[in-house]
Amino acid sequence: MALKGAIVVDTEKCKGCSVCVVNCPTKTIALTKEVNSKGYNYAYMAEPQTCTGCTNCATVCPDTCITVYRVKI
Amino acid sequence: MDLKDIIKPENLVYKRTKVLTDNVMHYCPGCSHGTVHKLIAEVIEEMDIQDKTIGISPVGCAVFAYNYMHIDWQQAAHGRAPALATATKRLYPDKYIFTYQGDGDLASIGTAEIMHACNRGENIVVIFINNAIYGMTGGQMAPTTLLGMVTSTTPYGRQADINGYPLKITELIAQLEGTCYVTRQSVQNAAAARKTKKAIRKAFENSKQMKGTSFVEVVSSCSSGWKLTPTQANEWMEENMFPFYPLGDLKDI
Ligand SMILES: Cc1ncc(C[n+]2csc(CCOP(=O)(O)OP(=O)(O)O)c2C)c(N)n1
Ligand code: SF4
Ligand code: SF4
Ligand code: SF4
Ligand SMILES: [Mg+2]
Repeated sequence: MALKGAIVVDTEKCKGCSVCVVNCPTKTIALTKEVNSKGYNYAYMAEPQTCTGCTNCATVCPDTCITVYRVKI
Repeated sequence: MDLKDIIKPENLVYKRTKVLTDNVMHYCPGCSHGTVHKLIAEVIEEMDIQDKTIGISPVGCAVFAYNYMHIDWQQAAHGRAPALATATKRLYPDKYIFTYQGDGDLASIGTAEIMHACNRGENIVVIFINNAIYGMTGGQMAPTTLLGMVTSTTPYGRQADINGYPLKITELIAQLEGTCYVTRQSVQNAAAARKTKKAIRKAFENSKQMKGTSFVEVVSSCSSGWKLTPTQANEWMEENMFPFYPLGDLKDI
């Protein structure tokens, strides 16, 4: 059985700190080239197929702007 | 599998706790303050004590902590949060009272208050954010600043002969009979943050059981004060802060 996950980032709250990026064990997350209204490059799923829904990124995000979903397949 | 088949309410495994407000935090990107706020809010939600919890915010970057959690708050004069917490707990013994203090607040101007509140064994929780610097005022040396560490008031690095030695105040607190639980944690990665959450939970449980003062230090980063990126700051913390401020329980009775 495998785990498939997905994250949803509140792109307006994200400050582009990269703490989620370095904490993702599957290297799913990167920062966008575009910026949000505050001028921050924000987190997104650059490799959506690799996310396992482990919640590490959401746990460490200082601005709590990540929601995590997970399914067993 | 399509994302739209994963992103469904029934598959939700992590969402922002409702104890946090919707306000965007004023903290710098990557600041540990935000992570610790979230962990406290999650513990309050899990213990279902939102209407019974009163936080005492400090002077320091966390002075505005009251904007970020839907609980009752007071804001203390610099370093005096333990005195305010003492009064509040004694007036409302059924409430959960916690102070939230930086190292400048707790280990410098507020040393007398924290020592005596802990020595009296007030049934409060103390959350101590040790980022080894005065973050709010522009990165000046704190009592907890490491030897050799560059700050705006120690541009050549802290020197023992001029500036004295970094203060391990948590080790002093652990010796006081009034404390029941003294621990040092961190939040730079998910495993560390989960441990810190457990420690905060235990501290709040202790206060329900009137066991005395519970003291949770969180070794934290201040990327702005340290002049590093948020991820560099976390690495610097692991390399330099953890050897001097080792993580783990100092006391648990
Ligand atoms: C009585 C008093 N003295 C000095 C100050 C100036 N001051 C504001 S915040 C601060 C130190 C904050 O450092 P810390 O407690 O470590 O919090 P941080 O910002 O690092 O989280 C100082 C000295 C003040 N506001 N009030
Ligand atoms: S940890 Fe949070 S604020 Fe930082 S980049 Fe990731 S989503 Fe954005
Ligand atoms: S849930 Fe886990 S695998 Fe998915 S993006 Fe977050 S840290 Fe990476
Ligand atoms: S100055 Fe330091 S402690 Fe204050 S918000 Fe910025 S990173 Fe956090
Ligand atoms: Mg500080």
